[in-house]
Amino acid sequence: MRRAADAPSSTPPPVTQTAPARKTSGERNGLRAGSSGLHEALQAEWTKLRTLPGTFWLLAAVVVTTVAVGTAAAAAVTCPHGGCSVDPARTSLTGIYLGQAVAAILGVLAIGSEYSTGMIRATFTAMPRRTTVLAAKAAVIGGLALPAGVVAVAGSLLAGRVLLTGHGFTPAHGYPALTLGDGAVLRAAVGSVLYLALIALLSLGVTTIIRDPAPAIGTVLGLLYLDPIIAAALPGGHWHNVIERYAPMTAGLAIQATTGLSSLRISPWAGLGVLAAWAAGALLLGALLLRVRDA
Amino acid sequence: MSTTTMTAARQATSAGHGLFGGLLRSEWIKFRTVRGWVIGVIAGALVTVIWGLLVANGSNVGCQTSPNSPPESGAACLPRFPLGPGGEAVTDSFYFVHRPLTGDGSVTVRVTSLAGLYQPSGGGIAANDPEAGMRPGVQPWSKAGIIITASAKPGSAYAAMMITGGHGVRMQYDYTRDAAGLPGAVSAGSPRWLRLTRSGDTLTGYDSADGTHWTKIGTANLAGLPSTVQAGLFATSPDYVQVVSGSLASGSSTGGSSLATASFDHVRLSGTPRGTWHGSVIGGSSGGLPASASGFRQAGGGLSVTGSGDIAPVVAGAASGASTVGQFLTGAFAGLIAAVVVAVMLITAEYRRGLIRVTMAASPRRGRVLAAKAIVAGAVTFVAGLAAAAVVVPLARRLAHAKGTYVLPVSALTDMRVIVGTAAVLAVAAILALAAGTMLRRSAAAVTTGIVVIVLPYILGTTGILPAGAAEWVLRVTPAAAFAMQQSVPAYSQVTASYTPAGGYFPLAPWAGFAVLCGYAVLALALAWYLLRRRDA
Repeated sequence: MRRAADAPSSTPPPVTQTAPARKTSGERNGLRAGSSGLHEALQAEWTKLRTLPGTFWLLAAVVVTTVAVGTAAAAAVTCPHGGCSVDPARTSLTGIYLGQAVAAILGVLAIGSEYSTGMIRATFTAMPRRTTVLAAKAAVIGGLALPAGVVAVAGSLLAGRVLLTGHGFTPAHGYPALTLGDGAVLRAAVGSVLYLALIALLSLGVTTIIRDPAPAIGTVLGLLYLDPIIAAALPGGHWHNVIERYAPMTAGLAIQATTGLSSLRISPWAGLGVLAAWAAGALLLGALLLRVRDA
Repeated sequence: MSTTTMTAARQATSAGHGLFGGLLRSEWIKFRTVRGWVIGVIAGALVTVIWGLLVANGSNVGCQTSPNSPPESGAACLPRFPLGPGGEAVTDSFYFVHRPLTGDGSVTVRVTSLAGLYQPSGGGIAANDPEAGMRPGVQPWSKAGIIITASAKPGSAYAAMMITGGHGVRMQYDYTRDAAGLPGAVSAGSPRWLRLTRSGDTLTGYDSADGTHWTKIGTANLAGLPSTVQAGLFATSPDYVQVVSGSLASGSSTGGSSLATASFDHVRLSGTPRGTWHGSVIGGSSGGLPASASGFRQAGGGLSVTGSGDIAPVVAGAASGASTVGQFLTGAFAGLIAAVVVAVMLITAEYRRGLIRVTMAASPRRGRVLAAKAIVAGAVTFVAGLAAAAVVVPLARRLAHAKGTYVLPVSALTDMRVIVGTAAVLAVAAILALAAGTMLRRSAAAVTTGIVVIVLPYILGTTGILPAGAAEWVLRVTPAAAFAMQQSVPAYSQVTASYTPAGGYFPLAPWAGFAVLCGYAVLALALAWYLLRRRDA
């Protein structure tokens, strides 16, 4: 917290500080006085998140919830006689449905907790380039979500590999053991990691727009979880296809498919692209509002 | 805590600081005066209504009433299901060999065989030879036997004793009721005797393996049965349905129509029958089979009857094209999320601003503060949910009918249970979220908990992500079980269909499911109360 906490007390008021403040902090850290201050912003955001005890627990929770639900799903699916229309990779990665909610908390708190404590004013006093602050937050959140996602996805696939082989998903039934050597499984794995990171970024963007953590997380989870429910209520219609293609969760999770690709309403990478567009859109709108609104 | 703040806070609850009513009033004022919360609750209710109307408006059914007529759409395409005595939509089509029977009497018969033909896939049927391309085999609920019905009009009250393709002897009456008799398949070596007696409005069914030792299977009380009824033999056979279960793609695939032929002898009609045996196709031909495929033949002392169709309630799904009101209420999840956010903020906003210390100073009995907040959160959510559900159900039903989607009729009482149940589920979910907020004191974590414990199991259970068996367990043990309140029609064991959560059939009865959610809410409130008392504010 040193940088963030020191900054407001050791620098002049926000109005006059822009240029000199940046120079001072650059000199103090022995860094080249960067034109954007992105490096300092990154360091500040990293320090803030790193020193919050909640961050570690949330990252651990992403891993635990994802692996736990994925393991339970893999334990529940059996295919005693072969010929099941089950996607083993997707089943093993069912935990993403829960893990994403924790990743969303991570994204929401990255800026939401600053708004609820008033810390955001200190942050913007120290770093008057608000877009830079948001970019730094996005980088740090993405950087934290990715390794957590890697562990979560690897654990889920490992559990799936062990459990599903014992449940009839054997080479004899046309199901080779889950391995990252399989292109489709690798795509599902890498895609799921990116999915978690994108959910965290989407949450960061939405919270920047809404500024209050409770309605922000409600909005994010509504955006995600309401998609499959409304899609199921509209079977076979035009709107069903629209939701499957363009809603963040239904489109984004297309990346997990390794079988039955022809029945997907959107191709795996295009689906993840849709989620990336949602995240980018939320962050851009958030950045715009940061510039025009008072903190 | 300074004395001045305490005095101020006490004055704020001037209705009497020791009285629970005053506490309730101050919590209500706290809610009412935060504009964002009021807007959130109202927006949740509006989204619920709009969503339901969109769903009702979403599918526009097109059809062709006869091969040469122009294609039509909307209300012209509504299937015309007769209504049974209980008001439910029914299928009532069978081949009936009957005579009028006046006053009390009985029908007795021996069945020596039941055979059938079916189309494994719903392909076209050649008009000149309907049985071409059909495979031999009876359906599990192919049925034949004796029936006494108020009239030959579809949807009439009836009672029947029958043998079935796969479920032994049954007594069924008024479409929804079903009781088991002798098990096992029927054959010439192992025939079944069936008897149905009428005494006033009461019909009693018996079965026997030898014609001398009779066992009573059940009694049907058909109020208002006319003095002259139609009594006789029938045969019918529902469409071939294959229920796939155990894999993620659980569901049913419907094939084509089927026929069942039963051989009867020792036919005896006692009482005062009139006329001679007369064969009729009741309820029109089914599944594209021409009426000529059904019929009866008299040979020697026996009779063989062939029929197609079913005498059973209509089940929602792709096969019947019928849907239920539950799907118009899925928008309640939007209302649920709004309610969870507001309920969590009722407590976490106080922690965030430090107001909680004032509240606790003004009312040191913390359990009462929690109770007052729970009542406000529950009541506000209940009223908003009730208004939304009460508006959306009749409107969406009317809209769906105009668009050609048949919504299964249910009694007013069932409609009321679905509407009030939806509101009650939202209210208890809000209380659960409030308890989570009290325990966690952090809004983001508490809102996520409140949403995830209900919405996520519902998604996992109903959208085919988990196999049917696991999905049913999820909907038994998690708070999402409460959405059983939205199931308006029961699963009928005497109709083959895929009764999965994905199709709107929940594993628990409505009130049992609701009790599961209430259990979680009580547990969470107790834990919240304990922590609230133990921890510093």
